[in-house]
Amino acid sequence: MTSFITAVTVTTTWYLLLAAMLFAIGVVGVMVRRNPLILFMCIELMLNAVNLTFVALARRLGDIGGQSTVFFVMVVAAAEVVVGLGIIVAILRRKPGATTDDLAELKG
Amino acid sequence: MFADTLQGPSVDWFAMSPLLVLLGGALVLLLVASLTPPWPKRWYAIFAAKCAIGAGVLSLLLWHQIDKEGATTLVGGALVLDKPAVWIAITICVAVFLCALVTDDYLRREGIDGPELYALYLLAAVGGVVMAAANDLIVLFLGLEILSIALYVMAASHRKRSESQESGIKYFVLGGFSSAFFLYGVALIYGGAGSTNFNKIVAVLEPTTGSDRTNDALVLAGIALLLVGLAFKVAAVPFHFWTPDVYQGAPTPVTAFMASAGKAAAFGAMLRVLLEALPNWSDDYRPAVWMIALLTLVGGSVMAVVQTNVKRMLAFSSVSHAGFILVGVEAAAHRPGAPMGGDGVSSVLMYLMIYSVLVIGTFAVVTAVGRTGDAATDLAGFRGLAKHKPTLALAMTVLLLAQAGVPLTSGFIAKFGVITAAVDVHSYAIAIAAMVSAVIAAFVYLRIMVSMWITDEEASDAAREEVRVPALLWVAIGASVAFTLAVGFFPGWLINITP
Repeated sequence: MTSFITAVTVTTTWYLLLAAMLFAIGVVGVMVRRNPLILFMCIELMLNAVNLTFVALARRLGDIGGQSTVFFVMVVAAAEVVVGLGIIVAILRRKPGATTDDLAELKG
Repeated sequence: MFADTLQGPSVDWFAMSPLLVLLGGALVLLLVASLTPPWPKRWYAIFAAKCAIGAGVLSLLLWHQIDKEGATTLVGGALVLDKPAVWIAITICVAVFLCALVTDDYLRREGIDGPELYALYLLAAVGGVVMAAANDLIVLFLGLEILSIALYVMAASHRKRSESQESGIKYFVLGGFSSAFFLYGVALIYGGAGSTNFNKIVAVLEPTTGSDRTNDALVLAGIALLLVGLAFKVAAVPFHFWTPDVYQGAPTPVTAFMASAGKAAAFGAMLRVLLEALPNWSDDYRPAVWMIALLTLVGGSVMAVVQTNVKRMLAFSSVSHAGFILVGVEAAAHRPGAPMGGDGVSSVLMYLMIYSVLVIGTFAVVTAVGRTGDAATDLAGFRGLAKHKPTLALAMTVLLLAQAGVPLTSGFIAKFGVITAAVDVHSYAIAIAAMVSAVIAAFVYLRIMVSMWITDEEASDAAREEVRVPALLWVAIGASVAFTLAVGFFPGWLINITP
């Protein structure tokens, strides 16, 4: 068992694939879930998958740029949290327990 | 320890002055207004409008500087100062100015007067200007998020209307979703090119400098994801699903801002990414842009026909306008070698300026006709407008005719520009599709006109609230009608100054 583990080298490609999978989970989550908070978490998952991609690629390229980009993305994600939770709280105050199915006044 | 190794980039403060004025205006407005008692009537709007004018005047000065000294990059190659960037900045300043005038009475009518919306206009404008001037994919992403996050809040800002909040959450979830796609595209292009700076991307991915195209898959996937993110922002079919709901639910002046400044910034960014960062891949992405343009042209106008709410009609009409602009983008992508050159780019820039003014004028009329709570924005709300407010109906008619692209209005010049650019590069099929879609869309505008001028009033209409058009709203509508007709009758000056 030990020899098996040492024989496998973890390359950056593994991390890129992991990030792609996390991104895909986020995408599917946004499409199938109904709770606004979960939707929101799925979007954060997508952003963090991209962060992982940036770090893995920065490692592969030997370039610091990708790693510093992650900090920008974190700040953007934090700003989105503030705004998104603000909107969600405003809606849930008006309609407690609202899901995306309840938010269907606008149609044509 | 880092003092001798770490050197910040030199900053040309004057070249950034429009940004600083907009940002400073937003911060001052928020800070001072929260520390002082409510300002007298109209002061918030006038303050925001003055910031927009200030930033616009500084942009004009920069325009002259570029005339003399040529285009430069700023802040260590993060931003670029060239004519298209300044043109979009001026367009956005005009949009903020007109929207501030429209918003003023709207907020008092709804009983939610305050400085927040104006501060958000200015902040969103900062994001838009950064997007159009970005020379780095990460800077572009930051600009996109500054604009988008401000727009989410603005869409949800009417706390007394549940429609406004619904539009806010819909825009937020779908906008965040598309931003994540855009960002993933940035990451993949970074992987393929080793940098997010446009100049470096171009240098690395230059086929003639012996670069192997080993990273093809990464870059192509990145381009596809970037296109998804940008197509969402400009509301192109099939990424337009949010548009009708958000445009209908958002406060009408905010809708005007989204359709003008939001669209101008997103198309500015699209030109940057496609023509500045990825000119060597134009043969790969041009078919995709072609297809999106075709779907957007046809889809936008056909779906507009079946709507009964004027805000939704105008939302789909803005989708169709995005299709026209994409025709110009596609034409520009035929000649990516000329740096931001070619007829395609200038036709797109001119379209954005003309359409921004036009759409704000149109939504300004909808703001007035919508009455308190934006309650009467369906076609029935426009019944009898010609009888009670003939001038307003006449202004709306001019603006709608311009949107339809009737000659002697600015809309004709805009559509003529993009179609000429498409024909110049032999994209005949899409030019014909554009003209057909213009005919279909004309039906939508005619329906609104028929409702205003011809449809008889019903007995219940007498009980409706009267349409009021206060002074600042008149200024906004008058200015946009004047611009529409001036450009329609004398297009030469605008065509000559468009870069």
